[in-house]
Amino acid sequence: MLLEVRDLQVEFRTRDGIAKAVNGVSYSVDAGETLAVLGESGSGKSVTAQAVMGILDIPPGKITGGEILFRGQDLLKFKEDERRKVRGAEMAMIFQDALSSLNPVLSVGDQLGEMFLVHRGMSKKDARAKAVELMDRVRIPAAKERVKDYPHQFSGGMRQRIMIAMALALEPALIIADEPTTALDVTVQAQVMDLLAELQREYNMGLILITHDLGVVADVADKIAVMYAGRIVESAPVHDIYKAPAHPYTRGLLESIPRLDQKGQELYAIKGLPPNLMNIPPGCAFNPRCPMAQDVCRTDVPPLFEVDEVRRSACHFWRECLHG
Amino acid sequence: MAEPILQVSGLVKHYPLTQGIVFRKQVGAVKAVDGVDFELGRGETLGIVGESGCGKSTVAKMLVNLEKPTAGEIRYKGEDIARLSGKALRSVRRNIQMVFQDPYTSLNPRMTVGDIIGEPYEIHPEVAPKGDRRTKVQELLDVVGLNPEYINRYPHQFSGGQRQRIGIARGLALRPEIIVADEPVSALDVSVQAQVINLLDRLQSEFELSYIFIAHDLSIVRHISDRVGVMYLGRIVETGRDSEIYEHPTHPYTQALLSAVPVPDPEAREHRERIILAGDVPSPTNIPSGCRFRTRCWKAQERCALEVPALAVPAEFRFATGPAAHDSACHFAEEKQVVPPEETPEEAPKEPSEQEE
Repeated sequence: MLLEVRDLQVEFRTRDGIAKAVNGVSYSVDAGETLAVLGESGSGKSVTAQAVMGILDIPPGKITGGEILFRGQDLLKFKEDERRKVRGAEMAMIFQDALSSLNPVLSVGDQLGEMFLVHRGMSKKDARAKAVELMDRVRIPAAKERVKDYPHQFSGGMRQRIMIAMALALEPALIIADEPTTALDVTVQAQVMDLLAELQREYNMGLILITHDLGVVADVADKIAVMYAGRIVESAPVHDIYKAPAHPYTRGLLESIPRLDQKGQELYAIKGLPPNLMNIPPGCAFNPRCPMAQDVCRTDVPPLFEVDEVRRSACHFWRECLHG
Repeated sequence: MAEPILQVSGLVKHYPLTQGIVFRKQVGAVKAVDGVDFELGRGETLGIVGESGCGKSTVAKMLVNLEKPTAGEIRYKGEDIARLSGKALRSVRRNIQMVFQDPYTSLNPRMTVGDIIGEPYEIHPEVAPKGDRRTKVQELLDVVGLNPEYINRYPHQFSGGQRQRIGIARGLALRPEIIVADEPVSALDVSVQAQVINLLDRLQSEFELSYIFIAHDLSIVRHISDRVGVMYLGRIVETGRDSEIYEHPTHPYTQALLSAVPVPDPEAREHRERIILAGDVPSPTNIPSGCRFRTRCWKAQERCALEVPALAVPAEFRFATGPAAHDSACHFAEEKQVVPPEETPEEAPKEPSEQEE
């Protein structure tokens, strides 16, 4: 297994108290595999990714438990300089907002070349040549001329390609993409997702795709982990989850989105709001919004039940949900 | 279509680009909206879709008179509101209200919810006399599904979805006939989007509203709209009833746009044809000659660079009566189905939705 996260716990200390952002998350990705982590804002999907990358702000953040095994070694036991060697070279991240992730006062060539200067000790000239090569790989037209341009001179889609180029620079084994296409228009989104999928196949990389878009997930993922209030509530191969969700939250999400190929009447809406992380409801965190909630849901935290060999659901009534 | 309540014709908005400080001269123009025509029927929802920079938000601003059109007419019940001013304008504005995209920046953080929703009454005191306002505001809060006791709270005490409800309540305060909603749900989480869309649906029948619904999300627009207009670079390139546009698109841009939307169904990914457009949208300062889509179109020929295609029923379909016979601005329009038809057998646990006709 390339990456295995086991029972990860992350807290944030704030003025108003302790927010439990990640509350025992486990997932795994293999080489060449795509895992989609699906969740709404505040579900802990990005915080988990930041902990894996080692870019969590500590403090206020704090990892209070769990393991992050990368090729069998626990990254949480690494010293910062060892960690740094892994970051960038072995695993890389693509962020949502390319404009604010790129340095506005450096040319894109300098930013791409920096990877090779720092990690590979190349000369400036070689690094520049590598930068051009990378820009070609992500199909930026006229890469040779554009390598001197600054981020603001590129369109949104092109900037996101540069982010992808940067992540790919050192040919990492794992890429974490945090909402890589959310800020882009649909036609450009399709271009960028296609490019990412193609490069993943070519380099046989593991990909963790963090998103809230059920459409994007259905298009590219092999398996899904659905997060809610800092926990994984359901994980399954992509085909299973869309056919018959085994958790009422997943089911609610699937039913609440309007679809291009269907004209529905009234949309199903999950009532209420996601919980405040400083005050997660006792029992199942979803119980106040759940149409199937019973007494046991308000008292006992549901473990991840085994639905079958590859499927897990954190619902006391997963059987009813799956078949009803 | 029902009797039109709003008729827009030849609507143009150009922002001049100038050079020089003392002797300013115009060196060009950003052609944000470049000739848009549409009609809105009473009680109808017109969806306008397009990518960023296509001019859809500028159209919205002109409809509520936040921008003056460079040319063209906006007729509300036959009267051109773009030419009105003073008292006459104020009374028309009462009937056309707007709901903004970002509920975080469109509400004043220093005002209470009661003041925000009640502010329209300061300008239009004839709608609610002073003593009456508090109860009116509380009624509105109740209508949009918020607790009327929250009247003294501030915007930061609400979540995104609740704030959008406040924005909607403010839009409803003057009992308008038309609501222009510019991306009203795109800043919200998925599970909250559905709540707000359902609310808009319910309010429409309750208050007999007509909506102009502007969005980039094609699935949401399909859900809510009776008719749809697709915009590209300042113009509407295709327009028709929702089933005509989604199931029988004839303009290549619409086809590409629809095929690019991810469908939440992994079974569909194998047998879906996707049209991936090359490149980006050209700059609105330098619009291509002839058909403005030709630089990204796979069907473009010489004629497309010379002749501007008119938005009309294409010649091929002129005498047909089928759903392909709707307005499409393309010289080489042809029908192409890109969205899988609605027959999926054991689709989700939802009952099969009715075919809209």
